[in-house]
Amino acid sequence: MRWLLLKDLQILKRSPLQLALLVIYPIAIALLVGFALTRGPEQSTVALYNAMPQGSTLGFGGDELNGDEIRNQLCDRVDCIEADSTQEASDLVDAGDATAAVIVPEDLGDKIASLASLSPQTPEINIIVNGSSAVENQIVDDRIDAMLAEANQLIAARLAEGAREYLDLILQGGNFNLLGQDIEVLGLKKSEQVLTEVRQSVKGPAERAKLESAIKFAGLATDNLDLAGPILTAIAEPIQANKAEVGDEAPSLNTFAIAVTATFALMFVTVLLVAGSLALEKEENAFTRLTAGLVSRGQILAGKLGLGTIVGLTVVVILLAGLSIFVPIQWSRAPIWILAGLLGAAAFAAVGATLGAATREVRAATLAAVMICLPFALLSLVPDDAVGPAIETVISVVTAAFPFRPALDALTGGLELSGPSVWLPMLHLLILVFVYGGLARLALRRF
Amino acid sequence: MPETPSEKALLAKKIVKRFGDRTALAGIGFEAGAGEVVAVIGPNGAGKTTLLTILAGIAEPDEGSVEASGGGVGWVPQQAALYRRLTVAENLLLFARLQGHNDPAARVEEMVTLTGLEERRADQVGSLSGGNQQRINIAIGLMANPSVLLLDEPSVGLDPAQRARLWQFILGLVAQGTAVVFSTHDIQEAERYAERIFVVADGNGVFDGTAAELRDAVVTPNGSDVDLETSFLAFLEKAGH
Repeated sequence: MRWLLLKDLQILKRSPLQLALLVIYPIAIALLVGFALTRGPEQSTVALYNAMPQGSTLGFGGDELNGDEIRNQLCDRVDCIEADSTQEASDLVDAGDATAAVIVPEDLGDKIASLASLSPQTPEINIIVNGSSAVENQIVDDRIDAMLAEANQLIAARLAEGAREYLDLILQGGNFNLLGQDIEVLGLKKSEQVLTEVRQSVKGPAERAKLESAIKFAGLATDNLDLAGPILTAIAEPIQANKAEVGDEAPSLNTFAIAVTATFALMFVTVLLVAGSLALEKEENAFTRLTAGLVSRGQILAGKLGLGTIVGLTVVVILLAGLSIFVPIQWSRAPIWILAGLLGAAAFAAVGATLGAATREVRAATLAAVMICLPFALLSLVPDDAVGPAIETVISVVTAAFPFRPALDALTGGLELSGPSVWLPMLHLLILVFVYGGLARLALRRF
Repeated sequence: MPETPSEKALLAKKIVKRFGDRTALAGIGFEAGAGEVVAVIGPNGAGKTTLLTILAGIAEPDEGSVEASGGGVGWVPQQAALYRRLTVAENLLLFARLQGHNDPAARVEEMVTLTGLEERRADQVGSLSGGNQQRINIAIGLMANPSVLLLDEPSVGLDPAQRARLWQFILGLVAQGTAVVFSTHDIQEAERYAERIFVVADGNGVFDGTAAELRDAVVTPNGSDVDLETSFLAFLEKAGH
């Protein structure tokens, strides 16, 4: 048993690429996950425009915030860029300098204060996001929802206190100020006493007056209970957010999901097929015979790239045709997404050829294909806003060296007009075809 | 032996091949005449396969030249260079097409007949015996009608019956004028089938002649009544290899 194990280790030791992958792979994954776990998602950059008048406050019941405190509350959670107008804040988002903009309207303070009055209004803040990325949009939504939920929870607690005071007044009675005029409220308990007293002897004017006050309270109580309705509604969600989008419209999440599915299928089928097919030429000893005057190494490489491109594109077309049964596919845009699929397939085929030529064994090529493709693909799906700028830069550089991200962008843009531009990703894919094709050709020199 | 280059099917002069600091071939000269069978023998690592790959045009020599007569050289690697998931006919058709035959299908029929595998033509190569795979392997080497056929240890892994059938097939080609050069570790095979033996040791051609001449080149303890393998070993020892 141990000799068999020793033999396998010796074989493994003599496959430097496989050995290197086995060592580098866990280290790379550990570094990526480690960074993600220890650093967490860094703060988003948000443009803030506070239109409230200088010196005005936000809140009620003694828990009031001035303009600086509003800014601090927000900027503890996100990196803020202060804007001087709604337009400037919108421009910052449109230019990509800020993930979103928060516009605090001039009357927000008054509307929040009105929540504790008998004529509550709905306070609103305005949110502007860049709509060019469905996933980023979702992340910004989630963060803003979380911030609003926290603010609303605080306000709701104060409103609940106000509501409790109203109910106490109705129950116990007391003075209530309405439009600068004090009104005495009898209260339900006293009303009960009064009604009990007059119940037996409602004859003289004094008794009638007492009865009148009880009747008056009943009217007031009815009115106050009517007001409890909007107050309780306000408690559920005191501040509401109005969201507006600038920049290119994001493709729908459906389109994004379809493009991700198609790109994954394209990647695995094409890379595995070409890597295995090229390595098989070596394993079956055919490569030497083929290159003994029959065909050149370049022709063999071109043949494999052609194979991968045709099969990969066929897979994309079949997959999209199948998906069109369940979700709408814009067939009028087929020429664009077919071109995107073609270039994506060619780029993945070039990656497969590089792996096949480097490993020279079908099993090693398959292992290398899976171990390399999967992390690149997953990294390509990390939204820019989900990590800090440093990690984002690293991920951008790393994923730019692999066809998954440009293929995904090209397919997404090809599938939906509102998707990202397709031409730059297509150019990117074309460059990767030449880069990986060149690497594969170099590797074939020692095949 | 043919004397002039025009009568030679294959002529190699002063072939040198280096792999880094190691010299695999140190100026070997080699020739084979039309319809001649030459065995290339030598210890492991002597340079036999390197010499054959250079003669076949697969590897480039660092120095020296190789000339082949009109039909060119057919190469049969030691391990069958075939697509095991393709059928016999599909393998032959592929190489016929790659070689640019005018009528590939007709050429396939000729080769299927030549190998005697008519009934197995639709079988996947992976399902054939080692001997039959080697016949297809050789048939592909012959596809272009070469004047010289180079075989790298053609009978390795074959049982005696398969080996006999294989040689019957090869000698049929020789009868048609094809020069056959093969490397082998089987000295008996070399003596039985080769008209001439070429001994390679440490990258040098140290003997070129018949089996009888190799025996005569050394005096063994039992005189000349020894097998060729004993004479071969004695020759190498005497030559300092």
